[in-house]
Amino acid sequence: MADLFFGGIDVGSLSTEAVIINSEEQVLAEVVLITGVNGSEAAQKALNQALELAELAQSQIAALTSTGYGRASVPFATGKTTEISCHGVGAHHLFPSTGTVIDVGGQDSKVIQIDDRGHMLDFSMNDKCAAGTGRFLEVMADRLELELDELSNPAYITGPSTPISSTCTVFAESEVISLLAKDTPREQIVNGLQRSIVNRIWSMVVSIGIHGEVTITGGVAKNQGLIKVLEEKLGQKLNVPKNPQTVGALGAALIAKRHHSDSTST
Amino acid sequence: MSLSAKLKYKFMKDYGAPALMSLQGLKRRRSRPTPSAFGPPLESNARLKEILTRHYYLSRFVPGVKKVAWVTSGAPVELLRVFDFYTIYPENHSALVGAKKQGAEYCGIAEGDSFSQDLCSYARIDLGHMLSGKSPAGKLPKPDLLFCSNNICQTVLYWYKAISQELDIPLIHFDAPFVSDRQSEADIRYMAQQLQDMIPILEQVSGNVFYMSDLEAVLKRSQDSSRTWGNILKAMQAKPAPMTIFDAFGHLAPIVSLRGLPVAQDYYNILAEEIDDRVSKGIGAIRDEKYRLIWDNIAIWYKVRYLATFFAERKMNFVTATYTNAWAETIDHLNIKDPWNSMARTYGQIILNNNLKHRLGLMRRMIDDFSVDGMVMHSTRSCKPYSVGQYDLRKAISTSLNLPSVIIDADIADERVWSEQQIQTRLEAFCESLEDTNRG
Repeated sequence: MADLFFGGIDVGSLSTEAVIINSEEQVLAEVVLITGVNGSEAAQKALNQALELAELAQSQIAALTSTGYGRASVPFATGKTTEISCHGVGAHHLFPSTGTVIDVGGQDSKVIQIDDRGHMLDFSMNDKCAAGTGRFLEVMADRLELELDELSNPAYITGPSTPISSTCTVFAESEVISLLAKDTPREQIVNGLQRSIVNRIWSMVVSIGIHGEVTITGGVAKNQGLIKVLEEKLGQKLNVPKNPQTVGALGAALIAKRHHSDSTST
Repeated sequence: MSLSAKLKYKFMKDYGAPALMSLQGLKRRRSRPTPSAFGPPLESNARLKEILTRHYYLSRFVPGVKKVAWVTSGAPVELLRVFDFYTIYPENHSALVGAKKQGAEYCGIAEGDSFSQDLCSYARIDLGHMLSGKSPAGKLPKPDLLFCSNNICQTVLYWYKAISQELDIPLIHFDAPFVSDRQSEADIRYMAQQLQDMIPILEQVSGNVFYMSDLEAVLKRSQDSSRTWGNILKAMQAKPAPMTIFDAFGHLAPIVSLRGLPVAQDYYNILAEEIDDRVSKGIGAIRDEKYRLIWDNIAIWYKVRYLATFFAERKMNFVTATYTNAWAETIDHLNIKDPWNSMARTYGQIILNNNLKHRLGLMRRMIDDFSVDGMVMHSTRSCKPYSVGQYDLRKAISTSLNLPSVIIDADIADERVWSEQQIQTRLEAFCESLEDTNRG
């Protein structure tokens, strides 16, 4: 019997990810693109690139689940699931002892509690505000004339920090401007910003509670400085996936596989 | 009272309003089709619309005929009925503005006059209406008297004070001490005394005299209507539920704003009959009711249809809500033979004036009685007394009953607070978790 393949597409506000797995749940391809203005085009493009990497044709994909804020605009998806469920399933697959998932994406951040099968039990999400998200960091990096990679330098975390009190992205930006005007060293501001974003995430962590191992997903998991602050606060090591951005798409592919076997076994 | 105004009012009541209603009937036949996820719509909807349209329409002809009072939803309106005030409920009117998706416009008018955006949107819409004279109901009569109670929130007092100052009219405030544990006898005496002290002012403003027998008659009607409303809600324990809570949000209007009047009792008799009939025939509000949900907090008026459809399409039906229950919950405290003390008990213990422990107990009972599978809490910007404590309530309920639940941030009538993408993701995730829990 020919092997079956499954896809997951995560159309996020900033980036779109595609993952293809086989029936053994091995990842054959993963792709990350900028979403741009057209979510469905980005989804098709990401899938095409993933198919090319996996050396497959679209017709060989038995089922594909879309997720992310653009999940409804993926015409070729056979199902759609929220990114909340997908990050839970993806994190569980990579780190089976995960009980809590912290996902910090482009426009929102969330904390998800999952059970020992990766099913979501509870979640908390930021309200209508970009504080504590990737977009917040982008705005600040831009203002500080730093690349995102530089901003995430863990060396900044060890030095002195200037507290940033505003939780609103717009107000925090003006706070940074006034700090720069006062010649505050950039490293101190970066340290303050990292702590400010972690404080935002922390209130969600507290409302859900810490259950077992904690896995961080989403693009912001690449920010090593933030990981360091978060680990200090948690008092435990975080599981950081090799490709934190594609965990949602991986979860979506696993859900596609699950739904496919549910529908063929009945 | 001028004779011509009186004749005009009588003419409109007997001929003008019925003529308008028949025109409404013609318009109604061209209304939007019901999405296929729903069962047959309630026939009583037409009668409800008639009653409310008539109430607002007739209010235009009231000045010079009856005195007009603006009243808050939790105030003991029965007392005003004795003096034949024509009552207008600004909260009901603001909900109407919200449902018409005009909340932001009216709020903007109040904000332009320096009222804070953090003020309750019911208050802002009402003040926006006052300042501009705008209303989707045509025109509201100016009040001769304001009557509020802080048993629903403290904001009403300051909101009504602002109107009282602007129009230079009397404001009566019924002060209901918060029930932190249980009502004390002193609290009851304090409230009962206030009610009796209001009589001379009400006589003076209305020009009518107080008769105890009239109050008893009004209280009896009010109690009967509230009990009928309570029974209608109770009928939603049936599987499938004969109506959705989104229907109930609309059918709530008479018990809030026409309470104590014969029209409210007549209406609920009609509705109760239809609901009982649906239960006996097994007609559900949605076609395929798989999951049953509880709603906490006031409706999101500009998204009622969206939410109703969202859940009906997922075979989920809201079968109970703390909000709709509020006008039935305490009615058994009312005792016609002991009006003053029993009104203090009835109005002093309504949900928003009662402690969180009480609310937790009530919600647990509702979840049990109505076979509820999941809970949606609306954390609303406007109503702090309703929204504070929801996170704790949710935790207590979710943990002890293993009930999937979600909190959404929105507002009752200011649609600028609604963020559809984020709310949809939260609600979809809630549905996924509900289905997961039931799949085992």
